[in-house]
Amino acid sequence: MKYLETRKYIIQGIFLVVGIVFATRLFYIQVVDSSYKQAAETNAIKPIIQYPFRGLIYDRNGKLLVQNTPVYDLMVVPKDVKNLDTLRLAELVKLPLEHVRERLKKARSFSYVQPSPFYQKLSTQEFAYIQNNLIDFPGFHINARTARGYPHQSLGHALGYIAEISPRQLEDSAYNGYRPGDYIGKAGIELEYEKYLMGQRGVKYKMVNVRGVEKGSFREGAFDTLAVAGENLVSTIDLDLQAYGEYLMDGAKGSIVAIEPATGEVLAYVSAPFYDPNLFTGKDYGKNYMELLQDSNKTMFNRPIMADQNPPGSVFKLTQALIALQEGVISPNTTFACNRSLVNCHNHPSPLNLYGAVQHSCNPWFYQAYRLLINQGKSKNTFTDTAIGLKEWREQVLSFGFGKQLGIDIPGEKKGIVASTDLYDRVYGKNRWKYSTIYSLSIGQGELGVTPLQMANFAAIIANRGYYITPHIIRSVGEEGKPLKEYREKHRTSVDSKNFDPIVEGMAEVVRAGTGRKANLAKVGIEVAGKTSTAQNPQGPDHAVFIAFAPKVNPKIAIAVYVEHGKWGGQSAAPIAGLMIEQYLTDTVTMKVQEKWVLSREYLNIRSK
Amino acid sequence: MEKVIGQRLASTAPRSRRSSGFIAPHLDWVTILLYFLLVSLGWMNIYAAVYSPDNVVNILSFDINSGKQLAWIGASFLLILVLLVVDYKVYEHLAYPIYGFIILLLLVTLVVAKPIAGSRSWLDLGAGIRLQPAELAKFATALAASRFLGSTNLRQQNFKDQMILAAITFVPPVIIVLQNETGSALVFAAFILAYFREGMSPLILIVGGSAAAIFILTLLVPKLYLIAGVTILMALATWLDYRLLRRFKIMIGLWMVVVGMIFSVDFFVNDVLQPHQQNRIKALINPEADPLGYGWNVTQSKIAIGSGGFWGKGFLEGTQTKFDFVPEQSTDFIFCTIGEEHGWVGSTILIALFLLLLIRIVNIAERQKSVFARTYGYCVASIIFFHFLVNVGMTIGLAPVVGIPLPFFSYGGSSLWSFTILLFILIAIDANRAKDLAR
Repeated sequence: MKYLETRKYIIQGIFLVVGIVFATRLFYIQVVDSSYKQAAETNAIKPIIQYPFRGLIYDRNGKLLVQNTPVYDLMVVPKDVKNLDTLRLAELVKLPLEHVRERLKKARSFSYVQPSPFYQKLSTQEFAYIQNNLIDFPGFHINARTARGYPHQSLGHALGYIAEISPRQLEDSAYNGYRPGDYIGKAGIELEYEKYLMGQRGVKYKMVNVRGVEKGSFREGAFDTLAVAGENLVSTIDLDLQAYGEYLMDGAKGSIVAIEPATGEVLAYVSAPFYDPNLFTGKDYGKNYMELLQDSNKTMFNRPIMADQNPPGSVFKLTQALIALQEGVISPNTTFACNRSLVNCHNHPSPLNLYGAVQHSCNPWFYQAYRLLINQGKSKNTFTDTAIGLKEWREQVLSFGFGKQLGIDIPGEKKGIVASTDLYDRVYGKNRWKYSTIYSLSIGQGELGVTPLQMANFAAIIANRGYYITPHIIRSVGEEGKPLKEYREKHRTSVDSKNFDPIVEGMAEVVRAGTGRKANLAKVGIEVAGKTSTAQNPQGPDHAVFIAFAPKVNPKIAIAVYVEHGKWGGQSAAPIAGLMIEQYLTDTVTMKVQEKWVLSREYLNIRSK
Repeated sequence: MEKVIGQRLASTAPRSRRSSGFIAPHLDWVTILLYFLLVSLGWMNIYAAVYSPDNVVNILSFDINSGKQLAWIGASFLLILVLLVVDYKVYEHLAYPIYGFIILLLLVTLVVAKPIAGSRSWLDLGAGIRLQPAELAKFATALAASRFLGSTNLRQQNFKDQMILAAITFVPPVIIVLQNETGSALVFAAFILAYFREGMSPLILIVGGSAAAIFILTLLVPKLYLIAGVTILMALATWLDYRLLRRFKIMIGLWMVVVGMIFSVDFFVNDVLQPHQQNRIKALINPEADPLGYGWNVTQSKIAIGSGGFWGKGFLEGTQTKFDFVPEQSTDFIFCTIGEEHGWVGSTILIALFLLLLIRIVNIAERQKSVFARTYGYCVASIIFFHFLVNVGMTIGLAPVVGIPLPFFSYGGSSLWSFTILLFILIAIDANRAKDLAR
């Protein structure tokens, strides 16, 4: 193995070669290339960050939803701070002395040489005052950037807001490229579309001499990069409709979600009580945010996608009828008697066929129809048969978008609840429950929870006679953007198109001559189909619900209205839906009686039975 | 066969006082001198790196890194005394237990360490003292690998033995990668050099080296030029040695592999690496792409070194390396201070000092009688070489930014101690090599 000894020379040779390469490279950098010396002669190169414009957001008609307004930050470079009179600085920025010291310490701990924000979001007046005095404070400078601004007071919950990036996000490698003091989407569209809206930061290199005086750009700006503005977004929201919805809901609690059935585009997204998004832009952002977060009406609760604890009530009878038709256990002409010994009901003609049952929302009718659906005799054991029936039924209910996230482009969507065999097995034990245990599902009560968004989507499904497109609030990204891919796919329900016709007829009857008469727009020539509902609420008066779509043929809008503690869908929610539909389809409101009724809030005083 | 080499070398070894316990005359004073030179130069440069003309702090002050480093250096001297007094046989006998203990320590660190800047590699010992076991893993792995290669029943061609050696070498870096200290883990690739000396096929070295070269060249040179270059090089080789024509298919295959690699570098950089690793690589190609992040380091580091000129600006006269313009000034980017203040002359002298040390260590290794001692010597040289290669390479824009220190030079106790232990175990073994003959 003696030959291995010669490898000593190979290894020492590798060392020598590397040493020679390094010495040569150093000779080039240090002696031959003089540009580094020039850079150093001016003592320092200062990178100046060029903040990009965040993308704008427009509504479906080209109206501005979100814009940028200039704000000024007072920045500090700790290395350049000389002979600082802390007391005068505290007076200048009107902060207690301890705060000033704390902020300086924080800046130093971030970086000794790089600028960090000392005091953010100065108003124009403050800016002018501080700018005039800044000459006595070396190391401090003003940085102009833009903040969000809104030329209206609407849509706060969906738009979300931006705020300074959190220390935790800064440590996360997913946020690589952000620096302290950067603004980032924290909720709503701002969060969901952050990567499009943020744009790209640019950098300008300025050469600075010992006294911090700028000496021009480094290498004629060869290394400078321009800031690239973020992409603009086009929303599906109709700002006029949105503002009108908020006008109608002002002072009440609840939700309105309106969807264009053919495209899944969200036309209005009201979560009441609502807030002015401008509250989150100024210096008082933190204070305003905490106030809203803690208020007793739960203003920050994004009701349309997060309120998933309420059962759907009578609207769900439509789902039951559709699945029963599909399974062939009933036909449009099936009649049942209004047998109140099964489940309570109210006064109406009896017996009824499907159309009548929908129009009058007959509880015993659906009790009996749902039993046929669940107990189809697929097993001789009634317990097993119920479990099989429920399992198959659940699959179909999920195809309507209930019990799962629909995938709207607003973060925080809840999925709701749809009763499952597992759930009952857990509560009652396997094979210890049957139809008499679960019958409340037949009329949309019991182990069900749906969000207002899912309700509006359900209205859109009926309007489309059998399918939906994922509801979304952003139509396109960029100047000539096309609809986003994920929002072009049709999701078919388990129910055939033809089975929707009797349901649509029944819904038209509800508005023409049933519980939903307050949404009737026959006067202006629009045929509305709808269904009232009462969502049971253990914490007080029931919530009023109404879903509708219009026109009946070739629908342009589907809508769900929730009025918390509004008790009767027909009294409180239906008129709001009617007004919204009229506003959207005709751009005017002629139904002044209904509008007055809604704004009077008298429906809140109607006594519950 | 080993015996033959050992006896031949023994003739050059000092014969006197073979059995005496006093080892000072046997110590390799050249290496020790180089060590002291590097450590004290390092200390002065750490002071220069943190020196601020506006606010002069005494070099001994504990408020600045140079003061703290002096404490670390003092402690290192104690460490050296211990290493030289302890029976030199311990290092071979306890190689495996030490290795096992360090592996355990690495795993414990992985579990209990609080992340510092994303890395879970620091063990908090209390009283503000923190230890980075990843640094200690280097000498422990060197000991274990040398012990294994030196064991009498080892057969190099045996697949199982090869696998055991690979496991000894690559288990620590895997844990270190999990601690998010990819830089320290890369160092373990250096062992290949030591194994090459002990008989590993040169193919691995050539393939590994070429792959690294192609990787870096792909980032620096346009793809088409590179492919043209490779093609011309291979054609030239065929022209020089016509026998290669007979292996035409192999040549074509080789060409395709190289071209495939060139094209897969993009995929690797963009899809396999994590974003922060991508940035470091991209900073190498184009420092201006991320000018405030890693590009900032590289640009500023080059400006600092480049502004030093031929003679340098003089001790403490540097302007670029003050005020953290180059981040990690006293640790990973310490070379900038030398480049700026001592110019090309100073930088080259430093490079020469490192080369002298490396070549000396290799010579020491070659005069050992046992495979264990020789392999260990080569491991020491390889580890120091790898740190030198990557650390200096990144400051002058020839290697990606990998956060590993310059041996003996950079500020930091864990690093200084680890290199001191690494080197002085070798010196202790070397001083006693005459006794080995008596065995």
